[in-house]
Amino acid sequence: MVKIAIKKPLQGSQGVMILDVNVDIEEGSFTVIMGESGSGKTTLLRVLAGLEKAEADIRVEGKSWKSLPPQKREIGFVFQDYALFDNMSVEQNLLFVHEDKALAEKLLALTELTGLATRNVKSLSGGQKQRVSLCRAMMKKPKLLLMDEPLSALDEKMRIKLQDEMVKLHTAFGTTTLMVSHDAEASYALADRILVLEQGHIIKDGSKNEVLKQEQKTVYRL
Amino acid sequence: MDMTPFILSFKLAGLTTLILFVIALPFAWWLSQTSSKSKPVFEAISALPIVLPPSVLGFYILVVLSPNSALGGFFHDLFGVQLVFSFTGLVVASCFYSLPFMVQPLQNGFESLNPHMLEASYLAGKSKLQTIWHVALPNIKPSLITALIITFAHTVGEFGVVLMVGGSIPNETKVASVAIYEMVEVMEYGKAHIYSAIMVLMSFLVLLSVYIFNHSQKKVGIV
Repeated sequence: MVKIAIKKPLQGSQGVMILDVNVDIEEGSFTVIMGESGSGKTTLLRVLAGLEKAEADIRVEGKSWKSLPPQKREIGFVFQDYALFDNMSVEQNLLFVHEDKALAEKLLALTELTGLATRNVKSLSGGQKQRVSLCRAMMKKPKLLLMDEPLSALDEKMRIKLQDEMVKLHTAFGTTTLMVSHDAEASYALADRILVLEQGHIIKDGSKNEVLKQEQKTVYRL
Repeated sequence: MDMTPFILSFKLAGLTTLILFVIALPFAWWLSQTSSKSKPVFEAISALPIVLPPSVLGFYILVVLSPNSALGGFFHDLFGVQLVFSFTGLVVASCFYSLPFMVQPLQNGFESLNPHMLEASYLAGKSKLQTIWHVALPNIKPSLITALIITFAHTVGEFGVVLMVGGSIPNETKVASVAIYEMVEVMEYGKAHIYSAIMVLMSFLVLLSVYIFNHSQKKVGIV
């Protein structure tokens, strides 16, 4: 179980707001965090990763991450803008995280990137870069996989392909995953559970069917 | 033709570049990453040698390094090293004089990096030092090459500070720029021409190599 209790003042679109999230995440689950821009979704992921300071109590499998720097947290992070190491090849990006060639080959095979292993990442398309980023995040076999809008910069065809690969990896590794997304279709395809954030607070929490049906009703009413 | 002044100039420039790289790297990194209110103060101090007349800088370095000062006295009493009118003093003075030429390109390079790339390295378990060495520096190659070569070239071309702090002691502090000045003073224009032409050619080749390298890096980025 991942227990998250975070409080952090944030500068939102309507002035200062408090990111106040208290939630338990089941081990091995795939949770999607939705919400409008500026609702605190990305900050929540960054605090979990230790990239931003906050009043936070994070417990993963009973172990507190409170005072751990990002280096010591067992986290895989997929950034919206890929954030690959441009000076390295695809394979080097993975091996830089952990010198495990067998795991790197397995991940590249699962995401159909084996043929690109020696290519410099600068020469890849956006979709390929995001798949490399996903593989890189899995190299530490993380306890928690955090993804910040990984699909948003991709076209529809590429989005569906990456979605399929996320399912493959989640099935293969069973990593507890938190993904920030605006995309209702992707959320429906991937999530076991959906959290909706508004002004730093969770306003909806449930299975994908419950939450997305409520969202649809809200849209129809509007 | 006596090549000693050129050898001294290259020795001085090489040592200065090496020492400054070690000192300026952590300083430029700190400047690029900090949000401290004191950052502009440090930036202004490190950029001072660009705007100060070499005579002003030379005068203060002379005051600070003289055996009567605390620093100069410390080195003189403890190690028997005289910092003024010696090659060691020239290296120290050159490190002050050329500091901004090493710091600024490195700082600009670090600031141009995607911060998420650095965070990805931390999340991969890498320390700051490992991140600087394996991720940051290889991704700012043009800035790194510019910093090293411009610092080297600028030190080779240094005159005012060198003359004030080192004087013109043959085989010790008489570098190429000072030798040319003396040749002109005694109207040995033929020799001065040869020395000057060598300096012009070397400076041009250094700058040309920087521009060729930076253009080749841009092309690699486009492919």
